[in-house]
Amino acid sequence: MHFRHILSALGRHRIAVCLLVLEIAFSCAVVCNALFLIGTRLERMQRPTGVDERHIGQVHVRSVSATSPEAIMAQTRTDLAALRALPNVVNASIVNQTLFGHSFSASGVSLSDAPQAPTIHVTQYFGNAQLPDTLGLKLAGGRWFKLDEFVSDEQLEGEGATVPVIITRALAEHFFPGRSAVGKVIYAFGTNRIVGVVDRLVQPRDYGTAESYEYAMLFPVDLPYAQGTYLLRVKESEQRGEVIRSALHALKTDGPLRLVSPKDATTLEAARAKYYRNDRAMAWMLVGVCLLLLIVTAVGIVGLTSFWVAQRRRQIGIRRAIGATRGDILRYFQTENFLIATFGIALGMALAYGLNLLLMLHYELGHLPAWYFPVGAVTLWAISQIAVLGPALRASNVPPVVATRSV
Amino acid sequence: MFGYYFNLAMLSLKRNKVLTALMVLTIALGIGTSMTTLTVMHVLSGDPIPQKSAQLFRVRMNVFPDDAFKRGDRVPDNLTRRDAEALLHDARGDRQAAMSAGSMVVMSAQGDPLNVEARYTNADFFPMFDVPLRYGHAWSRGDDAGHAHVAVISGSLNEQLFGGADSVGKALLVGDQSLRIIGVLGDWDMNPRFYDLSNGQFGDSEDVFVPLSTALDMKLPTSGQTWCWGNNGNAHDANAPCIWLQYWAQLDTPAKAVAYRQYLQNYIALQQKAGRFTHSGQLELQDVMQWLDAKGVVPSDVRLQMWLALGFLGICLINTVGLLLAKFLRRGSELGVRRALGASRRSIFLQCLIEAGMVGMVGGVFGLVLAGLGVLLVRHQPTDYAAYIHMDLRMLLATFVLALSSSLLAGLLPAWRAMQLSPAIAIKSN
Repeated sequence: MHFRHILSALGRHRIAVCLLVLEIAFSCAVVCNALFLIGTRLERMQRPTGVDERHIGQVHVRSVSATSPEAIMAQTRTDLAALRALPNVVNASIVNQTLFGHSFSASGVSLSDAPQAPTIHVTQYFGNAQLPDTLGLKLAGGRWFKLDEFVSDEQLEGEGATVPVIITRALAEHFFPGRSAVGKVIYAFGTNRIVGVVDRLVQPRDYGTAESYEYAMLFPVDLPYAQGTYLLRVKESEQRGEVIRSALHALKTDGPLRLVSPKDATTLEAARAKYYRNDRAMAWMLVGVCLLLLIVTAVGIVGLTSFWVAQRRRQIGIRRAIGATRGDILRYFQTENFLIATFGIALGMALAYGLNLLLMLHYELGHLPAWYFPVGAVTLWAISQIAVLGPALRASNVPPVVATRSV
Repeated sequence: MFGYYFNLAMLSLKRNKVLTALMVLTIALGIGTSMTTLTVMHVLSGDPIPQKSAQLFRVRMNVFPDDAFKRGDRVPDNLTRRDAEALLHDARGDRQAAMSAGSMVVMSAQGDPLNVEARYTNADFFPMFDVPLRYGHAWSRGDDAGHAHVAVISGSLNEQLFGGADSVGKALLVGDQSLRIIGVLGDWDMNPRFYDLSNGQFGDSEDVFVPLSTALDMKLPTSGQTWCWGNNGNAHDANAPCIWLQYWAQLDTPAKAVAYRQYLQNYIALQQKAGRFTHSGQLELQDVMQWLDAKGVVPSDVRLQMWLALGFLGICLINTVGLLLAKFLRRGSELGVRRALGASRRSIFLQCLIEAGMVGMVGGVFGLVLAGLGVLLVRHQPTDYAAYIHMDLRMLLATFVLALSSSLLAGLLPAWRAMQLSPAIAIKSN
């Protein structure tokens, strides 16, 4: 094609060409970054918890009247036995905080008992001996707790306590990079020897830095129901609703008057969906803006190209009269558009990079991965070629006889 | 003259309906998205208590022992019970309230337990935050001192338990204990719930208000953040090393605020002298808007959406500039004839701007419709603030100002180019 001719023709419409280039460039920059933001949201929403989420339901029970701690503990054991006896329940357990729940329990942990030793805050799960099986946790090293290691939470927090602990692989890697953590000691509640490492378990909610999401500790604590939530593991995921209903019924009919409400019962998957609803809404909003942006850009291209076609009707007629085919005219406008889009995309890449840097200043966001640039470029090339097709076809239909007419 | 330009603009807009429609659509989309996000921003960053926001101050200080103190850390949000009680005792503000969120299980008339949100605070809370009461009255400072078993309940709980009748004097059964209801709230929703942002920033007011001293006696469960250093039994004990109480002071004049800050500094110095710590302590005294700003009540996603929408509006404007340029230059011969017949450049410029402004106004009308749909969409999002988003008169006016000013801005360059056309060439070229 005659790039030189096209370029010199474009030179006669400098302002309009600049506007198109700018529009494509800004669209490209915004679309690249918006796609990247959508990607990070989706990635965040798909983070695994290390727990067998599809098979877990949870029920929180509130006590109504004050009873002795012994009575509450006894009732808790009765409840757990009743829950385990329900049909389709594989195991039941109690835990102090639930994944994606509102409460967040954490302690300062250090590698030394000196008062000024550096500490990090790590979330802590208290639960009985069935907790690992109920959650479906996987052991990466060491062992689970032994039955004689379970204590009450007063004993855990008492002076000079030496309760064992199980930590996540990520936390083990943080404290003891490259070495085995099993048998080592950390200081959270007194002195805590690490007896096991689980493959993965995460914080109930995002808190602190991104790495610390995978830091968690498990302590062998027998909790009274008033301080925890019952977890149920079902055989088949579609039985969750039924199991939760029968669990609510069992808890309501058994024991003293307590607050047992469907409002306090949910499946872990429902809790996950609720936790990430803002991210999902944001991702959809970004998708919407990207689509609108591409539509508006296409509208701009259609408008300006139509204007050019109308303006050059006579020239097109002359070219057709001296031998240019319809295809030549069509390709002329397509090439012209391709050149403009290319200028726009080149400028857009630089803008996209700048916009990413700006976003990184204000939001917790990484560098824009390189592969977003070609994705953005191809999208805009495609959009601009589709947009130009209509006006270009109209141009190719201008009959040669136009050349002979004076207006 | 304006009437004539108006007619000319109408004729010109009618001549190429597709191009006109494209311009209107572009402006409408830009205005619609921008106004939707600006409305969300406007609502979320609004002043929840405009009549008093400059007189209410959140009191925060860092009086951690040395081994829990890190220079450069943020000043914690809450106070220890020991410090809160000391400040309450000194009562140097015009009014002051220490408070904590909590929850309790109350019994309905049918004997069904019901979980309700509660706030444990002292008598000044009600006048400080202009809390309206439908029935009865709030408790007095004497009730605080006397650990009175009294409660003020919300209108919605009153509806639920007593069918909306005046329940003053009735008993509120909390487990196996009971509180005497002395007041029922009128409509009172603080959104954002600025006095305690730690338990959901948006949502209705709590259902039960109980004197803090009584709640401590009854060992009612608290909610919100409790942060302890050292392991030490009950976090709510008088001298427990735990921060969990929010503290607000009402200071009616700026001079009083200055004096109060000085008083707090002296308090911290006294604590240091008493040997609680050796560092110099930290102090933060912020009024309502400063406090909301410091806590970042407007979610960062909402800010991002706003910038995204404004960027989108910018791109729409570039688009409109291009389309207007095409439109005006296409009418070169007509403009050339007008110039040849004696129209000044200024009048061509004006004529073009009026045409741009008309496109902007029509775009604004459609933009308003789109913004209305957008707000509706936001209200159906599952965010906790969704229910409070609405469009008010100010945002309605702002929509038209934004639409008109942005379309005039977009019209400037094309109008200037059209004015520059030399009449002779414009007529001849056709």
